[in-house]
Amino acid sequence: MYDNNNLSPERIKYLKKIKRQKIATWSIRLLILVLFFAVWEVAANLKLIDTFVTSQPSRMVKTLVNLYKGGDLFLHIGVTCLETVAGFIIGTILGTLIAVMLWWSDFASRVMEPYLVVLNSLPKVALGPIFIIWIGAGPSAIIAMALAISLIVTILEVLNAFIHTDEEKIKLVETFGANRLQVFTKVVFPSNIPAMINALKVNVGLSWVGVITGEFLVSKAGLGYLIVYGGQVFQLDLVMTSVIILAVAAALMYQGVVLLQKRLAGRQASDK
Amino acid sequence: MSKEDIVRVEHVGMKYQSVNGEIDAIQDVSFTVKKGEFVGIVGPSGCGKSTLLSIISGLLRPSQGKVFINDEEVVKTSEKVGYMLQKDHLFDWRTIYQNVILGLEIRKNLTNENKEYVLHLLKTYGLYEFKDKSPKQLSGGMRQRAALIRTLAVKPEILLLDEAFSALDYQTRLVVTEDIYSIIKSEGKTAIMVTHDISESISMSDRVIVLTKRPATIKNVYEIDLGCPNRTPLKCREAPKFREYFNAIWKELDVHV
Repeated sequence: MYDNNNLSPERIKYLKKIKRQKIATWSIRLLILVLFFAVWEVAANLKLIDTFVTSQPSRMVKTLVNLYKGGDLFLHIGVTCLETVAGFIIGTILGTLIAVMLWWSDFASRVMEPYLVVLNSLPKVALGPIFIIWIGAGPSAIIAMALAISLIVTILEVLNAFIHTDEEKIKLVETFGANRLQVFTKVVFPSNIPAMINALKVNVGLSWVGVITGEFLVSKAGLGYLIVYGGQVFQLDLVMTSVIILAVAAALMYQGVVLLQKRLAGRQASDK
Repeated sequence: MSKEDIVRVEHVGMKYQSVNGEIDAIQDVSFTVKKGEFVGIVGPSGCGKSTLLSIISGLLRPSQGKVFINDEEVVKTSEKVGYMLQKDHLFDWRTIYQNVILGLEIRKNLTNENKEYVLHLLKTYGLYEFKDKSPKQLSGGMRQRAALIRTLAVKPEILLLDEAFSALDYQTRLVVTEDIYSIIKSEGKTAIMVTHDISESISMSDRVIVLTKRPATIKNVYEIDLGCPNRTPLKCREAPKFREYFNAIWKELDVHV
């Protein structure tokens, strides 16, 4: 298995142990998943649980196939994903830009502080009806909802990172006569890329919350729409199926950001 | 005042203002530095030594007095002055080469001639092979040397060293001191070094200025003449008169715990 003969027996033992642990972790993970759905299915078949309120995996698969055959499946997934990605990207860019402005001007950030604090603690769902009236019932209002939830957090996180940039590093570039813009481009921005990526990770989650909330309030398509619709007509099959699709989509998008982070970190390490 | 005085500090005083009150950091400090001279400034910790360097560099305006470099009043940072901080502060997201050209980049002075000069410095001081490496791959001593090259790249006439070696462990520090000293001398630079380390200041300086505790004023000035030819910091530490200077400055600092 280990064709490299230079490895010491201790090393081989260690590597084997690591591999064993990895296999064990993954098999238990899979087992939990399989067991969960199996118990659900069996319990439903034995009438231990009422499938009218809990649905059941085999019926969820049927629902999924029906949705696919009806041609609506990818429409709903697409709408929700598009809204989320839009909210996520706009939130990140706008939030970072505002954070840059607040970092630039101490005065502005002092003035804005209480407003940010209040907006941050305000439950953003409360703004939903306002967006619908202002923007109209549709994807734009939903994206606005996602923005409302992720924007303030992004501003606060990124601004906080900017403010805590190593003073001595700033002093260093100032000894070379750097102006404010150069301080930002040479030190503050590059040194905070990891912090900004962390903000992205939080942002992905928040954008999902915003979009689903928005779709609950107003929508004609999307996973949130399916969930609410399914709930209203008491079709738990539809609700459960949508929740599962949502979980998969959210996980995939999060992994995308993690991948981006790895690539950025990798590039920083390799081309230096 | 003589013609060769490159730096003149005249009656400089500094008061920091804050909401909670005023801190009197420096009071009426005056001295001059000759071209090519190495001046050490020692004083108890927190006495305003670094503030004094910031004022000389133009990062900070004094509340009283003036600083002149080549008879020009210092009002902002100038390219004649290079500053070395306590840590090397090499940026992880840049290669060694990209790090050492940072000053030229900021001053928008990245000419072919200056690039050549940087490469020449890297070659002369043994960092050429490492120019495309990350700072993380260099030892503490090499990093400090890269930081010095970054400072030298903008061709300053005067170097300000702010506790530039205190982040290093003792052995590395002795070697780096030796290293940096010989670079500064071979490049013919004038240097002002702030330190709390008495031995370090005696071993490197032609003159040591002793400051009082806050508000800092000049307590005494020692011309260091150890009588060793071809001096290097390590050789100086072996000179018989080293201890005398050490004891004198030690008493002057009047440290109580």
